[in-house]
Amino acid sequence: MIDKTGIAKRIAQEVRDGMYINLGIGIPTLVANYIPKNLNVVLQSENGLLGIGPFPTEDQVDPDLINAGKQTITMMPGSALFSSAESFAMIRGGHVDLTILGAMEVSERGDIANWKVPGKMVKGMGGAMDLVASAKNIIVAMQHCSKDGASKLLPTCTLPITGLQCVKKIVSDMAVLDVLPEGGFKLLERAPGISVEQIKNATAGKLVVEGEIPEMMIN
Amino acid sequence: MINKVVENAIVATADIPDNATLMLGGFGLCGIPENSISALLKKGVKGLTCISNNAGVDDFGIGLLLKTRQVRKMISSYVGENAEFERQLLSGELEVELIPQGTLAERIRAGGAGIPAFYTPAGVGTEVAIGKETRDFDGKVYLLESWLRADFSIVKAWKGDTAGNLVYKGTARNFNPMMAAAGKITIAEVEELVPLGELDPNQIHTPGIYVHRIFKGTGYEKRIEQRTTR
Repeated sequence: MIDKTGIAKRIAQEVRDGMYINLGIGIPTLVANYIPKNLNVVLQSENGLLGIGPFPTEDQVDPDLINAGKQTITMMPGSALFSSAESFAMIRGGHVDLTILGAMEVSERGDIANWKVPGKMVKGMGGAMDLVASAKNIIVAMQHCSKDGASKLLPTCTLPITGLQCVKKIVSDMAVLDVLPEGGFKLLERAPGISVEQIKNATAGKLVVEGEIPEMMIN
Repeated sequence: MINKVVENAIVATADIPDNATLMLGGFGLCGIPENSISALLKKGVKGLTCISNNAGVDDFGIGLLLKTRQVRKMISSYVGENAEFERQLLSGELEVELIPQGTLAERIRAGGAGIPAFYTPAGVGTEVAIGKETRDFDGKVYLLESWLRADFSIVKAWKGDTAGNLVYKGTARNFNPMMAAAGKITIAEVEELVPLGELDPNQIHTPGIYVHRIFKGTGYEKRIEQRTTR
């Protein structure tokens, strides 16, 4: 199994030169730390910024400059600022190349649930429904199973849905999987030390295994 | 040019009645109209419907108005940072309508732009879509969402001139420009109030036509929710 850092490092390998990317809160935010330095990418913050820079030093902290997780940030040279309406126009308009977000459940059809647990305080969906409804390419960072061992990769989601048929790829603590257009999770890579058998047992939805499955390369 | 300047937040908000629908700018605590919120608190106006992306924290922002039970209903996309909010919601004292953030932004934009409804992909197949009309465009399903407008919109800008032209700073812009256009009466509070001609017309974010009252705010705290440093 790999930890959160491992998941972030593996997702960072999916980033290509020239991409505009929206990173969700949690593990997806960590991905920014592992994007290869030779790639030119632009990070979008849905509260109105293209070009998120590193966290500020103490004397750079500006209360008027935060990310979607409400953390203080800096801007890269060449950044652009805009309103929330403009921000979601670029999201819905398909201008963002890659969206990386967390999930509580994903179905074998690519449905995602990540905003509400019945019986718990509902905090709201924020921008998640807009992002999953429009993004061209969605990679999900998630735990393969819950703490009590129940699979989170399911035939159908049991939690309230955030969006339908939108997830393209999953990087979990156990595996890398593609969601097939016809339905099903196609196993691409195993986490170091994890067997195909273990992944089969941990995946409740339809799992497609073809040929030898390599181990993830994470450094 | 028409002079929109009023003395302060107390004067600017004086005619906001009980049960009014308000839009309040800001994302988290960034770009919120601190002076006007304080004035509403002092004024004690009740039964408010507040349209704002978030609901502040327990002791700052809209959280202050929740604590004094001045808010009847919140229309927001994310309300997670407030314990008093949670208590009032669970006890049924407070009504909450949760809206996807992009839909919220566009409904407000539509309100100011005179577009009563529009189709969006956000929320299709989710509980947000319950009871709403859907329609197929080029093989994809979209959801019909209607505009939002307010009796009073209260926005915060960095600089403004006496004609109500506004310039925002950093990510404090967020919902403020759309809200400015969607209020029957729009109140703008600014950190710097400058004479006509001082703002570059090429750089105006909100043209003064949308703003009815403007005043120079004082004592901005600009509280930071997640102070994160290297």
